[in-house]
Amino acid sequence: MIVEIEGLQKIYNGRQRVVAVDGIDLNVREGELYGLLGPNGAGKTTTISICTTRALPTSGRVRIAGVDVVAAPAIARKGIGVVPQYNTLDRACTIFENINFHCLYFGFSRAEAKARTEQLLEQFHLTERTGAYPSQLSGGLAQRVQIARAIAHRPKVLFLDEPSAGLDPQSRIAMWDAVRGLRQEGITVVLTTHYMEEADELCDRVAIIDHGKILVEDTPANLKASIGAQRVYLLDLKDCSSVPVLVDGLKKLAGITGVEATDKGVRIFAQGADGLLSEIVQAANPYGLRDLTINETSLETVFIRLTGRDLRE
Amino acid sequence: MAQATVARSTEASKTVQYSRAFAGLFLRDLHVLRRELFPFVIRVCMNPLLFLFVFTYVIPHISSGASMNPTAAMAGNAFSTVLLPGLMAVAIMFSGIAAVALPLAQEFGVTREIDDRVMCPLPVPAVAVEKICFSAVQSMMAAVIVFPLAYYVPAVHPTTHVSSWPFLLLVVVLASLTAGALGLTIGTSVKPQQIGLIFGVVVIPITFLGCVYYPWAALTHIRWLQVGVLLNPIVYMSEGLRAALTPTLPHMHPLLIIAMLVVALCLLTWLGIRGFLRRVIG
Repeated sequence: MIVEIEGLQKIYNGRQRVVAVDGIDLNVREGELYGLLGPNGAGKTTTISICTTRALPTSGRVRIAGVDVVAAPAIARKGIGVVPQYNTLDRACTIFENINFHCLYFGFSRAEAKARTEQLLEQFHLTERTGAYPSQLSGGLAQRVQIARAIAHRPKVLFLDEPSAGLDPQSRIAMWDAVRGLRQEGITVVLTTHYMEEADELCDRVAIIDHGKILVEDTPANLKASIGAQRVYLLDLKDCSSVPVLVDGLKKLAGITGVEATDKGVRIFAQGADGLLSEIVQAANPYGLRDLTINETSLETVFIRLTGRDLRE
Repeated sequence: MAQATVARSTEASKTVQYSRAFAGLFLRDLHVLRRELFPFVIRVCMNPLLFLFVFTYVIPHISSGASMNPTAAMAGNAFSTVLLPGLMAVAIMFSGIAAVALPLAQEFGVTREIDDRVMCPLPVPAVAVEKICFSAVQSMMAAVIVFPLAYYVPAVHPTTHVSSWPFLLLVVVLASLTAGALGLTIGTSVKPQQIGLIFGVVVIPITFLGCVYYPWAALTHIRWLQVGVLLNPIVYMSEGLRAALTPTLPHMHPLLIIAMLVVALCLLTWLGIRGFLRRVIG
């Protein structure tokens, strides 16, 4: 295991006591692309900060490639690459210098640093912007430079904290490609995200995290299969007072695996049966059906099932 | 035996790793400074140049001097002799603030660039120490730039005499490091949004009460002030340069100056590193 987290806890004892991370255990295998999925404030960033030596845990242990990050942070950093949520590029230096100096910090000789920088600029399609300053870059480009810089010293594990926050869809896809490319180099990637598509698309394994705890951990396919449904119908009703009656009625329909009441109506989990839609509409019409949304089961469904809340709430 | 050898070799490789990272950080700072050399020189020159121009050139020409400057009696006709070490001390101190406190406020606040520096493979306190050392280089450059200004601009050139070069060098190095440590302490203890306030509340008072425009001995008639200013590290910078460059003026004992500079350096470095750690490690 390249990343080992045992009983990790982080409590901020300010004016208000905040338990940001509440007993997390997780292991990431070498070469894996691992995702921490959860809403804002779930404790993902705190976990990453502790793993990357920028925060101290209240209790628990983290080892990266066998090195304890609390006992030997300076040694551990050699094996860690980080791309934080915000842009930390050196504003006073060009793109080339950013990567080049990063290599020098990590003990490269000048010739090695130059060669590595040129190779990375090539790999991340940045050669045309070599002399540009970070302030002249778009969000997507800056993110790519940050990833290139983070892996410049050939770390064993790369931590990406909300890598697609603030990126336009096109840049996000380019970033995903770049991250997939890293796996071919054998770099283990741990990323946090609150976009379920991102976790689904990129990760080999996903841990769903909420209120500082891991709720469930598996491959995206297994997580989705655990719902036991292919589709989710979300009904928006005018009259919510008699929802329990509707719930009971719907449960009797063939192909429906689960029904639950929501604030505005009903959520139905269904195993794809033909003609189910019209039956649902018929059943719901007397209650003033206002709107109907149909979704394929996603990691978001898993999160809703586990917490009763939306990821974005 | 074999274990001891392994332990020693990991120890040695750690030292190599740390010193290379330190050198890398220093190199980066030098590189950036080289690109911004012109603004740096302008910044260093402006304050002493105007001060000298008004007080040692314009005013003596207006009123033949004596009535306008109270320390004239002590320095003969050359107020410029008093000012030379004082202005160098201000330049040293000011460079420390400008090189560490101001950039830190920005890095902690807006840009968070500091997070990247902290991820370098060396202990975090060493990142802070690098800032002090690099700031010291700027302070020494500032002192070298101010010297010819303070010598040639005044209508009456100051009387300088260096009896011990090693002492002068020691004072300049210690004063420069202390200035960097002061910058680190200020930069880490003040909220980034309030850094502008620091000039009014800290920088200006410690300059005016730092025996910059008068020798410490001249305060003998205002005893409470003479004792009070002993808390101000700038006093030892200006008195140190006075002892090293213009020994004809009254100054503190050289050993006392060195001792107090070392005390200030240690104290401010400790405070600065503590603040730095508090800021960057959650």
